[in-house]
Amino acid sequence: MSKDHPRGHLVARGLKKTYQQKGHAPVTVLEDCNLDIEPGKLTVIMGSSGCGKSTLAYLLAGYIKPDAGSLSIDGRAITSPGPDRVLVFQETALWPWMSVMDNVMFGPVARGDQSTAQARKAALELLERFGLIDFRDKYPGQLSGGMKRRAEIAQALMNHPQVMILDEPFRGLDEMTRELMQEYYMRLFEDTALTTLFITSELEEAVFLADRVLVMGETPGRIVSSIEVDLPHPRSFEVLDSQAYLDIKREAMDALYNLALSPEGTG
Amino acid sequence: MPPVNKKQFWYMWLGYALALAAWYAATAWLPVAAFERLPGPWEVITEWFSTDPAYGISLFTRDYYIHILYSFYRATAAFLMAVALGVPLGIFMGWSKTFNDFAAALFGLLRPIPPLAWVPLAILLFPSSESAVIYVTFLVAFFATTMNTYVGVRSIDNDYFRAAACLGSKPRHVLRHVIVPGALPHIFTGLQIAMGAAWFSLAAGEMIAAQYGLGYMIFEAYNLIQFPTIVIGMATLGIAGYVSSAAIRLLGVRLMRWHEQSLGMEG
Repeated sequence: MSKDHPRGHLVARGLKKTYQQKGHAPVTVLEDCNLDIEPGKLTVIMGSSGCGKSTLAYLLAGYIKPDAGSLSIDGRAITSPGPDRVLVFQETALWPWMSVMDNVMFGPVARGDQSTAQARKAALELLERFGLIDFRDKYPGQLSGGMKRRAEIAQALMNHPQVMILDEPFRGLDEMTRELMQEYYMRLFEDTALTTLFITSELEEAVFLADRVLVMGETPGRIVSSIEVDLPHPRSFEVLDSQAYLDIKREAMDALYNLALSPEGTG
Repeated sequence: MPPVNKKQFWYMWLGYALALAAWYAATAWLPVAAFERLPGPWEVITEWFSTDPAYGISLFTRDYYIHILYSFYRATAAFLMAVALGVPLGIFMGWSKTFNDFAAALFGLLRPIPPLAWVPLAILLFPSSESAVIYVTFLVAFFATTMNTYVGVRSIDNDYFRAAACLGSKPRHVLRHVIVPGALPHIFTGLQIAMGAAWFSLAAGEMIAAQYGLGYMIFEAYNLIQFPTIVIGMATLGIAGYVSSAAIRLLGVRLMRWHEQSLGMEG
């Protein structure tokens, strides 16, 4: 998490992924998908639901293997899941049978990187920072939606990942909580410069958070356009009223609109 | 479920009272010959609480408790063996697809065989009728425990395994922190079913092949035309089954506080 030498350079070249289903024609979800996630930046992948965003996230996390193409992080090939690329899921994946504290401590203790005492100390610091210190002995089922997402991000940060992959992490939250979480993540990112890949289907969320928005087309999915977002940091919701924000949002909307009109985008 | 509020408490007793009244009515007034031989509730209760029972079995006789102790010993021994073998086997079947492919077919064939059909073979197989009865009791409890444990492991959301892989945990951590706690609600359902099933096949086994025990007591009373004793034996079996299931339920609630609490949040 060093600010001076940001790491987590994710590169994908010519990715292809096809799902075979018995009794159905094979579905090609990704084809010729290229990706370059700049270290120390917050990159947002935006696309409609079903365009293969989650498949891409699973490939980068190492849960599944591509049929063709290559994946690497900081020059090393990605072959299996690992704590250098922590994925935060769409639905909360906190283990409901562990307290918040045990959930957050799990990674380093399970790998043997830290003793229980060390992990506890680090977890307490994180929980304090995330406003969850009073909830450390609760079970996830007793937390609100926003608290669960914060606990999950804390659980991920415990592992000092080189890149955070967030797959529609705020889906299912109410509008208010969602905005708070966006601002929350923005603060965290600005504090740590942690390389982040944020996947969403919401245009406003994408533009607010991103240093760069990658628009993903569907059938088969690939990155079709890349929009630089040079809104200033530190960024707060006031930026939503600025002309620069509106211009970028317009540019992104045009990209999506063209995508919907193009013959390959309507599949 | 134990009574929670006053209304439920009274309804519970009203239910008992109605059943007793129907029983009394059937034996006292129903003009059917078959019912005339049945003992009425009053007859059973006086026998049960008599210090000098007409047929030798009551709350104040030593033999009554010997029968109960024998049945409890057999049910507990069979149940504990079923847990010791069924839970690990179910977990293994849930964990390894290859092993499941191999075991599931065998289970599918063996499981529908009624426990009573095993009795002759069990008597031939085992050196004492004692172990034969325990084996037959064990068998049903074992199938219930194994199948529910298997279903429990299969029902664990894939994201919980992915999250564990992502944080770099080794198989033994996955087993201890994901599989066992995740399957626990189903395992406890299985244990309750197993306990109930153990009692009914125990009674059947004792009727055929035992020297003591409640099943033996019932059948012996039938042969000696001691009808109130039959009903005392049946009622005692009912109470014993209820108490042992309740004990398992209580243990389950204690071990799975997270489960209760998350259910509470959703309600």
